[in-house]
Amino acid sequence: MRNVWIIAKRELAAYFGTGLGYIFAVIFVALTGAFAFFIGNFFERGQADLISFFQYHPWLYLLLVPAVAMRLWAEERKTGTIELLMTLPVTTGEAIVGKFLAAWAFIGFALLLTVPMWITVNYLGDPDNGVILTSYIGSFLMAGAFLAIGSCISALTKNQVIAFIVAATICFLLVMSGSDLVLNFFRGWAPRILIDAISSLSFLTNFDQIIRGVISFSGLFFYLSIIAFFLFANAIVIEQRKAA
Amino acid sequence: MDVLVDADRLRKTFGHIVAVDEISLKVAKGEVLGFLGPNGAGKSTTMKMLTGFLEPDAGLARICGIRVAEQPKEAKARIGYLPEGAPAYGDMTPGSFLKFIAEIRGFDGAAKSDRVAAAIARTGLERVVDQPIETLSKGFKRRVGLAQAILHDPPVLIMDEPTDGLDPNQKHHVRSLISEMAKDKAIIVSTHILEEVEAVCTRAVVIDRGRIVADGTAEELQRRMPYHNAVALMVDHQRAEAITSALAGLANVQSVERLARENGHIQLRALPKNGVSIASDVAAMLAERSLPVAELYVERGRLDDVFRKITSEEAHSHHA
Repeated sequence: MRNVWIIAKRELAAYFGTGLGYIFAVIFVALTGAFAFFIGNFFERGQADLISFFQYHPWLYLLLVPAVAMRLWAEERKTGTIELLMTLPVTTGEAIVGKFLAAWAFIGFALLLTVPMWITVNYLGDPDNGVILTSYIGSFLMAGAFLAIGSCISALTKNQVIAFIVAATICFLLVMSGSDLVLNFFRGWAPRILIDAISSLSFLTNFDQIIRGVISFSGLFFYLSIIAFFLFANAIVIEQRKAA
Repeated sequence: MDVLVDADRLRKTFGHIVAVDEISLKVAKGEVLGFLGPNGAGKSTTMKMLTGFLEPDAGLARICGIRVAEQPKEAKARIGYLPEGAPAYGDMTPGSFLKFIAEIRGFDGAAKSDRVAAAIARTGLERVVDQPIETLSKGFKRRVGLAQAILHDPPVLIMDEPTDGLDPNQKHHVRSLISEMAKDKAIIVSTHILEEVEAVCTRAVVIDRGRIVADGTAEELQRRMPYHNAVALMVDHQRAEAITSALAGLANVQSVERLARENGHIQLRALPKNGVSIASDVAAMLAERSLPVAELYVERGRLDDVFRKITSEEAHSHHA
């Protein structure tokens, strides 16, 4: 645990030391606000809830989270620091979790900056704060799932642009996996059970239930299992491809 | 002998390329092993296996008796490693970077700041301690890498081309640093600069195409050169014939070569039988017969030539 914390601390310092942190936070807050007000019609809906704010999070994360994740391992590979890091007395797992937690905490920090939205909606009306709190948790977990995918992809390449594009594409397919766009590809040849499985992977469906107040254990567990799976895959990739 | 680094038939392949082919070597406390070889010979790959970055396909690496593959954390704790190119996090300053290394190495509080301060002082980083590493010169970057490698005073120090790209003063500084630390550590230094081997190493291993082709002290390697212990003389051209025959008459002289002619002088080279020292015989003979020479020196056999000879011989036998 000690090593995880030391690595996470170094990573966090890098986010805020390079200015990346501030730029990301500003853009995140600006975009979530813009989507909620201009596309989600926050005012016109006349509803005291934050659905118009949360419903665009999957789409924003699709763009922004791979941008945070792309540097996690690709940069270490490119600059050769992966050799330094992996010859220090830390395990691969500690390094992966440390880096992941730092990036996740960082996105969580950006998410916290949107709390004025929550305050606004309470000032304007009488929303269900339980649903909003769960939505925040759901949003944070979803960001973690995107991030774990991005981290795993980032470990496959030295090139951050490739890491970004591939991670964004995979995230896009997972977001859309409940839709005809993805499912039509499988219909006709795949067994029904597979199609159901793919459609249940949909980030959109899962997240939609959470923000509409359907709090299910499986909904939250869904994101946690995605995180665990991709971090595990991340470890395998690092072990296998350290030299490449 | 206290063997701290023990590689036993290490082997590593990348696809169908054999990068390291059953390399075995032992380095004891107090030894500085020069790891020589042309680019792509397998030096870095061997070091990466010793430091636990790469897993060998076959063979065993042990650091202080600990198997690297089985207890990587324990083994890594005993190694200071400077990877090729001295990678470091460019956005950090040497100060914060070394603090991070100290924390990962398990130091806290006062011990942490002491270690960092000692590493900074030892590598002369005081002047740049608060500048981002990416803005530093190559020499300073290399020193940052050295500082992180020696910070925890490890029993085993492995450095991949520690002086590559440094200016002569910086090279000298790094070499004296290595010599200072040599006494109570096992050190491996890879290089393709041969003067470095003579300057700091107690032993040299030459590898080529993933195999060890020579192992010995710098002196022993030099002995493999045909010109080792040859005596070169500069003589007046009128006396060249007389001196040549006189030299050829000596018991330990194999042959005499006639080299360049300049300013009325001729350079001769007397080659010894089996590399024995013939300088005193030659000098005594010249004095006895009162033959004047303008210049006389013993050829050592340059390590560069040895290196080229060994590694190109290998190439020939491979093509044959």
